[in-house]
Amino acid sequence: MGELRLMKGNEALAEAAIRAGVDAYFGYPITPQSEVIEYLMAEKPEERTGMVVLQAESELAAINMVYGAAGAGKKVMTSSSSPGVSLKQEGLSYIAGAELPCVYANVVRGGPGLGTIQPSQADYFQSVKGGGHGDYKQIVLAPASVQEMADFVKLGFELAFQYRIAVLILSDGVIGQMMEKVELFEQMPRMSDDEIAEKYPWAVTGKKKGAERTIITSLDLDSRKMEEHNHHLQRKYAEIIDKEVRYELIQCDDAEYIIVAYGSSARIAQKTIQLAREKGIKVGLLRLITLFPFPNVQIQELCKRGIKGWLAVEMSAGQMVEDVMLAVNGNGKVAHYGRYGGIVHTPEEVLQALEEKIIGE
Amino acid sequence: MSTITLEDIIKPENLVYKKTELLTDNVMSYCPGCGHGTAHRITMEVIEEFDLEEKTIGIAPVGCSVLAYEFMNIDMIQAAHGRAPAVATGIKRVYPNKIVFSYQGDGDLAAIGTAETIHACNRGERIVIIFINNGIYGMTGGQMAPTTLPGMISSTSPYGRVVESMGNPLKITELVAQLPGTYFVTRQAVHTPAAVRRTKRAIKKAFENQLTNKPGLSFVEIVSNCNSGWKMTPVDSNIWMEENMFPYYPLGDIKVDGELVKQK
Amino acid sequence: MAKIVGAIVVDEQKCKGCGICVPACPFAVIELSEEVNGKGYHFAYMHYPEGCTGCMNCAIVCPDGVITVYRTKV
Repeated sequence: MGELRLMKGNEALAEAAIRAGVDAYFGYPITPQSEVIEYLMAEKPEERTGMVVLQAESELAAINMVYGAAGAGKKVMTSSSSPGVSLKQEGLSYIAGAELPCVYANVVRGGPGLGTIQPSQADYFQSVKGGGHGDYKQIVLAPASVQEMADFVKLGFELAFQYRIAVLILSDGVIGQMMEKVELFEQMPRMSDDEIAEKYPWAVTGKKKGAERTIITSLDLDSRKMEEHNHHLQRKYAEIIDKEVRYELIQCDDAEYIIVAYGSSARIAQKTIQLAREKGIKVGLLRLITLFPFPNVQIQELCKRGIKGWLAVEMSAGQMVEDVMLAVNGNGKVAHYGRYGGIVHTPEEVLQALEEKIIGE
Repeated sequence: MSTITLEDIIKPENLVYKKTELLTDNVMSYCPGCGHGTAHRITMEVIEEFDLEEKTIGIAPVGCSVLAYEFMNIDMIQAAHGRAPAVATGIKRVYPNKIVFSYQGDGDLAAIGTAETIHACNRGERIVIIFINNGIYGMTGGQMAPTTLPGMISSTSPYGRVVESMGNPLKITELVAQLPGTYFVTRQAVHTPAAVRRTKRAIKKAFENQLTNKPGLSFVEIVSNCNSGWKMTPVDSNIWMEENMFPYYPLGDIKVDGELVKQK
Repeated sequence: MAKIVGAIVVDEQKCKGCGICVPACPFAVIELSEEVNGKGYHFAYMHYPEGCTGCMNCAIVCPDGVITVYRTKV
């Protein structure tokens, strides 16, 4: 068993970054995720593993530092919260175009604009539909516990390097700030410069004499080549959809209704299920772990089993619900419930919504 | 005296100058007479002379030199507009033993990338920035730049730059020289053989500073022409540059070995 | 007494005919040709080859790096 600690979600993410053998973290403070860089600075990871931690002048600069270090084959991370993640979208689009691996976290707060510092899940569209300009996707992991804040750093880097893609850990103010027991994985080694140069020929590490130079770019003025590059990206995303869907089914075996939720909403929904079943309502929970890729096939299979209704629960005005509707595709009733602007819904409110919007009508 | 023919002179053993192998054979996409090509070439010559090819990573900007990686025959990353100093920081911090430089124009470095420029300088990142200042946005068709001179015509200042409403030309090189993080700051040109020789020495010093891990950033501005944007012949644009750009952007070292050069 | 003589070779197809090399030559060796290359540029050439000392000034200011310089003593 690994080392057990009581930690905040943000701290667990930071500790996991050190233990995952991350080479560099570039960040900028913003509530409610500032503990990530604070923890890293306090831990002196340059002494523990040689990891670089730098507070950038902006989220823009931070993501572009990530772009540079990732382009040079290093394991590199950043994190922020909603307004800051909006600023990072330019860099993320370049990272997608240039196919660079990286992991970043968004500890989501309520918006729009400066919004609030309280938790929210209103960045779903930005996270799963691209976010920046151009046709691209990123893998989105949604932790529902402090444990997953740590574990998804490791998983995130595995996926990021396997597919040369940005992996977003889409957290929220609840998961980032809450304290829970976490079992930390063992320290992993960092790769040497020589290992990187050998293992990642796409990375810019210096051109060997007589060898072809390596170029990291998202630009091609030849539109035919750019279309081919886009085809290549879409094939990669299709492979990810095929292979990397992750989810959890809770009490769905006998369910007539299913709540779909992720992150802190999924925690709340578990209590709703308990309350509902006490009233004789057979409801289960589909807890999304990956938001992209989305479990379309799995939802369609559940539809075939005769699920009567779906309630998408999210702290937003209704974003994920659109993907649930697309997956259900008319084979069942779909509704949304969620508080937003920084308000966290209660299990009772979710149950009431289930009864009124799905069962009642 | 015996007559000597061209065939007698043009022999491999008499070769004294040819384009460095660290420039590719791709035809440069710059307009005829544009100083970018010269700046590329002398930068690559310095990397070749220091034998840094295997450990150098260059950052191309957005602007006319966005395709610098097509011409510079070394490992290169193309950065988002203005973000090259941040990209360079990211690389240098994880590879302190590699040589990292960004190559940027005035719009990239002194407008959209002002924050990245100033903070990379202020942190004293041990990188080289080569800054081409031609007072205009060349790539997008000759719009006003942060460095466009007062009264200067561009496609977005068609009646000349009015400083009262459009602001003043930004002397960002003097500005970064004030920051303790810069170690070497100079302003040069590449329009005459003598200017090219001086600029190459400056670039050499900049890379040498990084190579010997001097504490701070080396910043080389090259005031250059944009004959297409200025709507002149290449030769005329260089004369116009001497008469108009140099008085506002005087050439010479501004900071050497971490010390501001006393103004005469 | 030894005399230094030089010559340049211009990559005519890559020369863009900008003419920057013309005033850079201290001995007025270079001019732009009446002819054009494949891109329609009046490329640089040695109009007065006898004057060339191989000083490299033209090659040093050539933005496109299309000038190769040779020099020897006779």
